[in-house]
Amino acid sequence: MALSGLQIYKLLPGSSKNPEVKKHANCKECGFPTCLAFAMKLGQKQAKLSQCPHVEEESKSRLEASAAPPIRLITLSADGHKATAGNETVIFRHEKTFYHQASLFVKVKDNQADAADVAAAVGAYTVDYVGMDLTLDGIAIEDAGGDFAATVKAVKEASSFPIILLTDDPVKAEAGLKAAAGTTPLLSAATPDNWEAMAKLAKQYKAPLTVRAADGDLNALVELAEKVKGAGVEDIVLDPGVRDYSSSLAVFTQLRRLALKKNERKVGYPIIAFAGDDPMLAGQHIAKYGGFVVLDSFSPGTAYPLLVLRANIFTDPQKPIQVQPGIYEINKPQPDAPMMITTNFSITYFSVANELESSGLPGWLLVADAEGMSVLTAWAAGKLDAERIAKGVNTFGIADKLSHRRLILPGHVAVLMGELEEELPDWEIKVGPREAVDLPNYLKTQWG
Amino acid sequence: MPAIQIPTQKWSGKVREVTLGATAADGGTRAKTVTVGGATTLPFLHFDGETPHAPVVAIEIQDRYPEDWSPILLEVWGDAAKDPASWAKAAEEKGADLIYLKFALNDDLSGDYARKIVRQVLDATGLPLIVFGPGQVEQDNDILVSVAEEGEGERLVLGVCEEKNYRTIVAAALAHGHLVDARTAMDVNLGKQLNILISDMGLPLDRIVMDPTTGALGYGMEYGYSVMERLRLAALQGDGMTQLPMLVTPGEETWRAKEARTDEGVPESWGDWTERAINWEVLTTSTLLESGADIVVLRHPESLKRVKGMINALMSH
Ligand code: SF4
Repeated sequence: MALSGLQIYKLLPGSSKNPEVKKHANCKECGFPTCLAFAMKLGQKQAKLSQCPHVEEESKSRLEASAAPPIRLITLSADGHKATAGNETVIFRHEKTFYHQASLFVKVKDNQADAADVAAAVGAYTVDYVGMDLTLDGIAIEDAGGDFAATVKAVKEASSFPIILLTDDPVKAEAGLKAAAGTTPLLSAATPDNWEAMAKLAKQYKAPLTVRAADGDLNALVELAEKVKGAGVEDIVLDPGVRDYSSSLAVFTQLRRLALKKNERKVGYPIIAFAGDDPMLAGQHIAKYGGFVVLDSFSPGTAYPLLVLRANIFTDPQKPIQVQPGIYEINKPQPDAPMMITTNFSITYFSVANELESSGLPGWLLVADAEGMSVLTAWAAGKLDAERIAKGVNTFGIADKLSHRRLILPGHVAVLMGELEEELPDWEIKVGPREAVDLPNYLKTQWG
Repeated sequence: MPAIQIPTQKWSGKVREVTLGATAADGGTRAKTVTVGGATTLPFLHFDGETPHAPVVAIEIQDRYPEDWSPILLEVWGDAAKDPASWAKAAEEKGADLIYLKFALNDDLSGDYARKIVRQVLDATGLPLIVFGPGQVEQDNDILVSVAEEGEGERLVLGVCEEKNYRTIVAAALAHGHLVDARTAMDVNLGKQLNILISDMGLPLDRIVMDPTTGALGYGMEYGYSVMERLRLAALQGDGMTQLPMLVTPGEETWRAKEARTDEGVPESWGDWTERAINWEVLTTSTLLESGADIVVLRHPESLKRVKGMINALMSH
């Protein structure tokens, strides 16, 4: 946990009991008039510890440790693709945001004939969601008694995604690491039985290492993590050895709390979670603290909703997803179809578009640039006014597509009618309903 | 090495217990009642506190054949969907905890018609019943008042009860021994405020379920998710006006979304239609259950089965 300015000051030369250090107090070499002033700036992250040449070794390591993130950032990589987990700072997304999307890995086995085909399909899969190209993140290869190294090699050739090596056998692990050369895979896992050999390999091949305990035993997990850390492995991933809904939720929550609320460095690592073939369990891991989430199989009809779920949960609540302002065609509208105004807040847009789409009624939707706010909020904040709407109408070239000159204003901003008539003298302005759900009925009864 | 202490969180607050439905002993005709709420922890964290009642799943049926529903739903319910009584029975057989009867918007909706349908459904199933109007203030008021009379003493849940019409609905619930579904639009303060207005009219808090509204996965689900998480945190911290069980309708939201509704003109990357649609419904639902939903209303029987399996797994410890 970050230290306050005063706590930092206690570790600087100005507070030292050692006269050899104390004599430097307020020497200004850091560029600040006093040690205290420097401490305050450090606390606000506006200065770097290295600016003071006189800090004692012990203080230095304490200060450095306090500056490290409470959950270490772990990055797996291959060919430019990265899968990253860690660096989270909150328990609930509304407290700030979740930063690093849970990485989704699909598992293949080394005795599976189509392992390379699956890897290729996973690597090639991409789906559009509100203008974003969503993809999966990697392939996990499980040692199931087949040719592990050959499978790793085949998978590596078939996709350019990062790899997780799932084996407890150090001999196979080394063969797998060699086959994965040129990438940063996750070696999974060190156990109480094999940790020395695994830690050695992780260090030698510079691969992050999973430590696995049984049945959510956190003490055993910490003990193992400390051991591999002692052996020189810094990039650690935790597998507390739970696989079911209830224990996963409990143990992952405990780990997140320990890292963030108790400042427990020994568990300050991301979690690897296994969802089997259950999309809902994968969903739980995405929302509740899985860093790397391994699925047993790949299918677009499951991957798509999971990727959308992840995009939703990891959206910054302060920066809602926006849609591009412009003209949107719903249900193949003809020139005589109605024209409606809405804003570019994604949820507002989707509510309107969805109601129209499901009603089957064709229409033109003019999405005004309201800086990602809903109709009412944007109006209150001055981001949706007659001028902006008129600008949209004029610049998006909607008039050329229509055989009429009538537009429907959202009911919530009926007050804009007068001004809009002035801005758009050729147009007839109609006031629509306030809620999107009432739109189909309005169109059926009021637009003729 | 000092042992790791499990970081538990003890809360001062507790979600209120609310019972839906009434048996003969309590003036109704239901074969059983359903109680939700009572939790002293965030969802399913059994090491923090008690979760005396598991969340429950209602199946949505409609008063008339919903021709505009996704073909996937129409096929799976088949002829049962042509008659509300047989639909309710089919839903009960599939394992629903509750029946959610929704009156679709229609010009010839009337109080008498609604009475007749509610009577048929009450006679066909022993499960507690939630009754929703079409969501238009005038029609809702008309039919829900008649429904309240017809279901006297059954502890129905009447919805939606919004700021616009809460007086009429609450008065009907008060007069005839029912509960209300207090719906607001994804906002913690609005939700609280409506509960205050309703309880000011004299309806006891254990006859209110809170409905914070949600979007489907991909359509604003994360707003509902975080609002529910915040409401539940407020409840556990002791804010009395948020200590109510929450009801959400992920089924309706999901099946409005294009991903579930149709397979026409959709990208290949969306995958198999049925697989995608069911996943859409269960993932919307499971995520909302993890953030505090107590009653979820679904449409597809396969989703019902999977969500109940998930709830059972999360309740075990
Ligand atoms: S460099 Fe700055 S912080 Fe360090 S001893 Fe001198 S004044 Fe104090």
